[in-house]
Amino acid sequence: MSRETVLNLAILAGLLAVALTAHLSGEPFLVTLATKAAILGLAGVGLNLALGYGGLVSFGHAAFFGIGGYAAGILASAAQNYEPLMTWPLELPGTTSMPIIWATAVIAAGLVALPIGALSLRTGGVHFIMITLAFAQMIYYFAISWPAYGGEDGLSIYVRNTLGTLDTMDPLTFFLIVFALLLLVLGLTLMATRSRFGLALAMARQNPLRLTSMGVRPFRVRLTAFVLSAMAVALAGALYADLNRFVSPSMLSWHLSGELIVFVILGGVGRPLGPLIGAALYVLLESQLGQLTEYWQLPLGIILLLVVLFARGGVIGLVTGRNANA
Amino acid sequence: MTATLLIEQVLNGLQFGTMLFLMAAGLTLVFGVMGLINLAHGSLYMVGAFAAATAAAATGNFLLALVAALAAAALAGALVEILVLRRLYRRDHLDQVLATFALILIFSEGTRWIFGSFPLYLDVPQALSGTVRLGTLTYPAYRLAIIVVGIAVALGLWLLINRTRLGVQIRAGEADREMIAALGIDIAKLYTVVFALGAALAGLAGALIGPIQSVQVGMGEPVLIMAFVVVVIGGIGSIKGALVGAILVGLTDTLGRFLFPVILGAFTDPSSATAIGSALASMSIYILMALILVWRPTGLMGAH
Repeated sequence: MSRETVLNLAILAGLLAVALTAHLSGEPFLVTLATKAAILGLAGVGLNLALGYGGLVSFGHAAFFGIGGYAAGILASAAQNYEPLMTWPLELPGTTSMPIIWATAVIAAGLVALPIGALSLRTGGVHFIMITLAFAQMIYYFAISWPAYGGEDGLSIYVRNTLGTLDTMDPLTFFLIVFALLLLVLGLTLMATRSRFGLALAMARQNPLRLTSMGVRPFRVRLTAFVLSAMAVALAGALYADLNRFVSPSMLSWHLSGELIVFVILGGVGRPLGPLIGAALYVLLESQLGQLTEYWQLPLGIILLLVVLFARGGVIGLVTGRNANA
Repeated sequence: MTATLLIEQVLNGLQFGTMLFLMAAGLTLVFGVMGLINLAHGSLYMVGAFAAATAAAATGNFLLALVAALAAAALAGALVEILVLRRLYRRDHLDQVLATFALILIFSEGTRWIFGSFPLYLDVPQALSGTVRLGTLTYPAYRLAIIVVGIAVALGLWLLINRTRLGVQIRAGEADREMIAALGIDIAKLYTVVFALGAALAGLAGALIGPIQSVQVGMGEPVLIMAFVVVVIGGIGSIKGALVGAILVGLTDTLGRFLFPVILGAFTDPSSATAIGSALASMSIYILMALILVWRPTGLMGAH
């Protein structure tokens, strides 16, 4: 096993251990923090597929995070208020079943990501950054001004959604659900990056001309990566809505897109578990600095700036001392 | 709907457009010359607005407030360029995005620390507090003055870039940075000057908008994103494109907010017409951007 693999296993075991010990020592708040780190890490893993492996610097992934969140919020509030989701052309009830919510979130985000990706990928580089940001902003303003689903105030989910007979309101149970999904998505991401698609994606980033000469259109590979990445982020969004039992347009804000990028870079770009450690660090910093000062984003900004300027491989790069080869 | 009302909305759109132009000009200049994407441009706008509000509160003179805004934003811009951004020109855009995102956190939280969370207010200067009669329309003199300032700045920038020595250096820097360094021009100093110039324009925009909106932390962010849309539409690196894009976006946004509810009102009841109309209007500039991208992926005047 390489040093990075050992580190990766240690990170996953560490997160699980934190949640378990916190549960046993009766600190549900810590379990919730670990759950938050796992969910944001999952979102980061999703973004990493586009950003790290594909080299597509999307500054608009909050859109998909929010779409996932709203899928959970809209379905659940319809079911909890006993109102049909829609009455025309066919009557659809809401639901509180997690698997159905997850599937809806993932499919909805994929359907939105397809046109956004297709339009944004007509350009590259700095255009791509600004355009993805602009599209996410469009969805953000839409969510604020569309009154049906709470507008600026957001939507509350009174009771956490259900998964079989599990007690999802129990912090540890919910953490384990999130952790299992995180492992699943990590596994799928690893498989994808090692497949023909993953190799084509890496080549689309490194040398698109060469990929074209092999008879593969970079556009399609990139679009696939963009859409898959959006779907993973939407799953995280649905879980995040369930964690807080609340969705609001802030899940769609550009600030969140920035934070997702921060997770990926803080951990190390193109590392499978980089986003998880980045998210965990971020949550830790947020809770620790937040206790010290009301203005915790000031030291956070300074730390981030120092990481960008001086620690280019992120935390995993610092620990393993090697450049990402993804 | 009367013609007078429509003209008033067109003027509002122009005023918004000129303000966006002041923001977008700096962004596009910095990108064109240094290849840097600067998310913290909205923070410089905020710095300008806070400096103006503070100076106005201390002296009661709006012109002094404008000077303070220009100076504070240019100084903040120059400092940021020398301390941080200079190290990022050779890095990829991802590092630039992250570093300037960190700068936003630092600027916003630092401002909240110094000034608190409550908004500051900036009064419209006495001389411009009245209205101007244009035919049947009475229009606030201050908003008209913003349009005039915007046009003057656009002209000034055009003269600066096409008619001065500094302008020649800026254009040369866009085309070939090794070559102008070889010709003995201190490129590091040139970059600082260009960045400070862009920052000063953002600060001016912030100070001008201060009397219309409240001066508060985070005020730069929505404007920044609209300025991005302007830059994408106009073509990155093109000042002329920024002007055309800014007017287009300003008019589309303002007229959309005015017209969509009116048009929809003909089909549905007033309350849902207002709701759907405002939702559509808030998306309109992004739809405009998407349409222009389909037609011309590098923007209306983009060369890159």
